[in-house]
Amino acid sequence: MIPAEFKYLCPSTVDEAVRMLAEEGEDAKIIAGGQSLVPVLRMRLAAPTALIDISGLTELTGVHDAGDSLLIGAMTTHYEVQRDHLIHDHALLLKLATDTVADPQVRHRGTFGGSLCHADPAGDLLAPALALDAVMIIAGPDGRREVPASEFFAGYFETAVAPGEILTDVRVPKYPGWGAHYEKLNRVAQAWSIVAVAAAVQVRGGTIAAARVGLTNVGAGPVRAVDVESALVGQPATAEAIAEAALRASAGDGYKDNLARVLTGRALTAAVAG
Amino acid sequence: MTATAEPEVGKPRLRKEDARLITGQTRWTDNIQLTGMLHMAVLRSPVAHARIRNIDCSRATAMPGVALVLTGEDFAAEQGSLPCAWPITADMKSPPAPAMAVDQVNFAGEAVALVIADNAYRAADALAAIDVDYDELPVVLDLAEAVDDHDLVHPDLGTNKCATWVYDSAEAGSGTNVEDEIANAEVVLERTFRQQRLIPSFMEPRSVVVDPSADMFTIWSATQIPHILRWMLSATTDIAEHKIRVIAPDVGGGFGGKLQVTPEELLCLLAARRMGRPVKWTETRTESMMSAHHGRDQIQKITLAARRDGTVTGLKVELLADMGAYLRLVSPGIPILGAFMYNAIYKFAAYRFVCTNVFTNKVPTDAYRGAGRPEATFAIERMMDELAVELGMDPMKIREMNWIKHEEFPFTTVAGMTYDSGNYEAATARAMELFGYEELREEQERRRADGSAVQLGIGISTYTEMCGLAPSRVLGALRYAAGGWETASIRMLPTGKVEVITGTSPHGQGHETVWSQIVADRLGVPFEDVEVLHGDTASSHKGMDSYGSRSLSVGGTALVHAADKVLAKARKLAAHMMECDEADVEFASGSFSVRGTSTARTLGDVVLAAHVAHDLPEGMEPGMDADATFDPDNFSFPHGTHLCATEVDTETGMVKIRSYVAVDDVGTVVNPLIVDGQVHGGLAQGIAQALFEEAIHDETGTLTTATFADYLVPSAADLPSFITTRTSTPATTNPLGVKGVGEAGTIASTPAVVNSVLDAVRHLGVRDIEMPLSPERVWTALQGGSADASTPAAGGLGSIDSQGGQQ
Ligand SMILES: Cc1cc2nc3c(=O)[nH]c(=O)nc-3n(C[C@H](O)[C@H](O)[C@H](O)COP(=O)(O)OP(=O)(O)OC[C@H]3O[C@@H](n4cnc5c(N)ncnc54)[C@H](O)[C@@H]3O)c2cc1C
Repeated sequence: MIPAEFKYLCPSTVDEAVRMLAEEGEDAKIIAGGQSLVPVLRMRLAAPTALIDISGLTELTGVHDAGDSLLIGAMTTHYEVQRDHLIHDHALLLKLATDTVADPQVRHRGTFGGSLCHADPAGDLLAPALALDAVMIIAGPDGRREVPASEFFAGYFETAVAPGEILTDVRVPKYPGWGAHYEKLNRVAQAWSIVAVAAAVQVRGGTIAAARVGLTNVGAGPVRAVDVESALVGQPATAEAIAEAALRASAGDGYKDNLARVLTGRALTAAVAG
Repeated sequence: MTATAEPEVGKPRLRKEDARLITGQTRWTDNIQLTGMLHMAVLRSPVAHARIRNIDCSRATAMPGVALVLTGEDFAAEQGSLPCAWPITADMKSPPAPAMAVDQVNFAGEAVALVIADNAYRAADALAAIDVDYDELPVVLDLAEAVDDHDLVHPDLGTNKCATWVYDSAEAGSGTNVEDEIANAEVVLERTFRQQRLIPSFMEPRSVVVDPSADMFTIWSATQIPHILRWMLSATTDIAEHKIRVIAPDVGGGFGGKLQVTPEELLCLLAARRMGRPVKWTETRTESMMSAHHGRDQIQKITLAARRDGTVTGLKVELLADMGAYLRLVSPGIPILGAFMYNAIYKFAAYRFVCTNVFTNKVPTDAYRGAGRPEATFAIERMMDELAVELGMDPMKIREMNWIKHEEFPFTTVAGMTYDSGNYEAATARAMELFGYEELREEQERRRADGSAVQLGIGISTYTEMCGLAPSRVLGALRYAAGGWETASIRMLPTGKVEVITGTSPHGQGHETVWSQIVADRLGVPFEDVEVLHGDTASSHKGMDSYGSRSLSVGGTALVHAADKVLAKARKLAAHMMECDEADVEFASGSFSVRGTSTARTLGDVVLAAHVAHDLPEGMEPGMDADATFDPDNFSFPHGTHLCATEVDTETGMVKIRSYVAVDDVGTVVNPLIVDGQVHGGLAQGIAQALFEEAIHDETGTLTTATFADYLVPSAADLPSFITTRTSTPATTNPLGVKGVGEAGTIASTPAVVNSVLDAVRHLGVRDIEMPLSPERVWTALQGGSADASTPAAGGLGSIDSQGGQQ
């Protein structure tokens, strides 16, 4: 890798990291797992003057039980998300989506928080975060603030994290007993989604009590398929009802539009079954 | 010295090379650090076609650590023109090919300036400070449009057409006239196929180090062709050949992509000379993808004449082949290598091949695994399927009707090649059995009847290829500038250990292992006692290097001959030592003995006696070394039958390979493990052409697939578990009976996959789908739309290049 020159800083607390961000100015960047930032540096598409490496911030790792929600540290790696029991039991969709990210090497380094902050429209964790009504906790010079996923993703590679701020944790409400599935279409294993659909469904007595559906890579950011969700609620958990609801998914152009419907149908079918 | 009892040839030996390669305990070019070494970075044109108005290097020159900034103009007097060794016709148009553009750039990625600095970072930093003023010219990208000469890549040539090369069986006397056959045919099929542009994608990016000290230019390069490189660099510059030493250390793959004399090798050499200090250049992956040569890129118009019973009577091939902006080392000859293979394993009465090479404003094309033969195999195997569909016949039956029968070998084909041996029946029977052909056909029927969302297809590819490049007289007749022989030396060391020197230049194939096995058998020495030296023009002074599945059949044969020479001399000396007649000396398992007695001397004893030279027969020179050079009489012709079953998801267009059977006949197998490895890798690359890989340019000529996030090289996760096995019909044209296996998998697999996908969806009205068969293309074809849909995908390395790639 032959990047442009940068200063490399290793804070040991979030407060120190925030201070460093302020001192280094707006051309400084946080580096987490580096799995998106390093390629950018390598190709010299960006030349930050300073990299603030937050991989030493132990306060940002791990998954904690916070009553009716989970608190996931921004530095929790994909690998850790895949293996965490709390996530498995209460936010299964997140685990299933994470399973499809890249390859084991990338998953050992890449982080949940980094994926969300990078906000690649083809990133696989955005739609699940949106569908599950995750709340992002952001630290800045003025303390901490909370931003719901619906406001966090601000467009193409854009989020609510302002210069000088750090995403510290993600609060995900618990979805115990919900069925979930992430249906991804990509061309080769390490390629990004052409389209993917994140679905979580709560079935009670054969009826769909609640449904969450998010679409990956059909717009500048993740898209919540609210029409699909509302078409499902109160319906029997049958193939017909799912097929009917899936028709309401859409994604603009011909092929992707088709994929949105087909993959929504498949994601819901699997979520209801599992 | 202990003799090896069990023959080495045929043993699945683990590779000698693997431990050092896998652990990285070896020397790659980029690992080389020399005292006082400088680093070169290359500024590349962002535009595909432009006059260079001005280059301002003043800012870059003033940057810290920068030793020198140079433009093409600075090198104009010494850089010459990069060599093209294959002028396929007397009137071929060959534009000057400067290593660094002087006044005009002709493809995006072409070198326009270079920086020499004290480290690679500063060299790269300075690139951004060079200001180039371009006057853009109209861009010629589309092959079919380029032949119209509306806009010209090289206005001085007056045309974009580089050369037209023809083979006609009526003119050659090898068959009848194809136009007559077409006129008289009961069935005539005409199809056009596109061979998309591919990028060789070797694992180790290119790297060069040039050390100009000690009155000698020592060049380390990640190349397949150290010997040719040395020759060509001296022919291109004013540096004499004996003042150049080229070393190809361990090289991480090539696939034809490093069968090249590159601009950067030349620039690094000239820069080192100018600085009087060592200079290193190592490319980034993106740089590699936008400047190292590409492969394929042809439009194939195929006309096939047949009788209603399925007998093919004539084949006409009209090609347009994209050369890109310049002719590199063997660019013009690549499509011509296919000329002898379109008739494949079949007996056609008439054959005509016409290829027009065309310039465009794209990266030059040149050798890529298979080189001309995958294109030929694809076209004919697709056509055999088309004919089967047209006539409502089983596609395997129609092949069988037309192929050369086992008892007909040796067989001289309509393209003028003499196939020495083959057994298509045996390979096919084995493949059909392993595949479960009948059961799959039944399942296919069921799925069709059910209207299942996932349809099943079966694809066949019965292929042959010509390997063992090449008889020198044939190369001469094809106007190729070099010969096709290979050389080997054996040096017996006083302790009985063996040094083998080969003119081949392995870059991942495992020659050290295989050459050791051959020598171990021949000389009766342990496998471990053989060291193979290669890739250094100082130790291996002559050779024609590695490409075209030639190393074993040509270089291995030279090695056998060298071993035989060692034995002949050793036998003489053994007779002298044992005081018997040479005719009474027997040699077995590394030991000479006198027939009918217990008197014996090991080869080691004899070698030591030769070395100390205390008592040699009259006139015998001390030492026990031998050199041999082998020039083959003929090519070798591996063949095989590949069967592929794919499942096509008609709702998404996604193709999944369900099973893949490859039965290859590569003659005698020296090391089955290595042969399997070559087949597996070859299959992956051929399947990649069918389903995944494609170099895409936007309308300005910018390569949009210049990272591995956009250019989709499959991994093990994307491929099925291959079922591979072999039949063995030894080649009769070399003493080992070997045929070559480096390219077989790549050549055979592409049509097997495409035939299989089409077989899955043909009943839904799809007639053809352009490669690669991306899910979007398959889906679009199923909607009745154009089969060559190509919409840029968002995502890719999303963050980086949202334009690249293909859904
Ligand atoms: C080969 C490959 C394939 C991949 N395939 C996929 C895939 O299929 N699906 C998928 O979803 N992803 C994929 N990825 C991306 C991967 O998921 C990355 O891990 C992720 O995008 C970024 O996480 P990171 O920790 O590496 O972040 P980094 O690369 O370190 O940072 C990314 C960006 O986020 C910012 N940032 C990171 N953390 C914080 C924070 N806590 N607060 C504020 N800003 C922050 C950085 O400044 C930077 O701008 C792939 C990556 C690679 C290399």
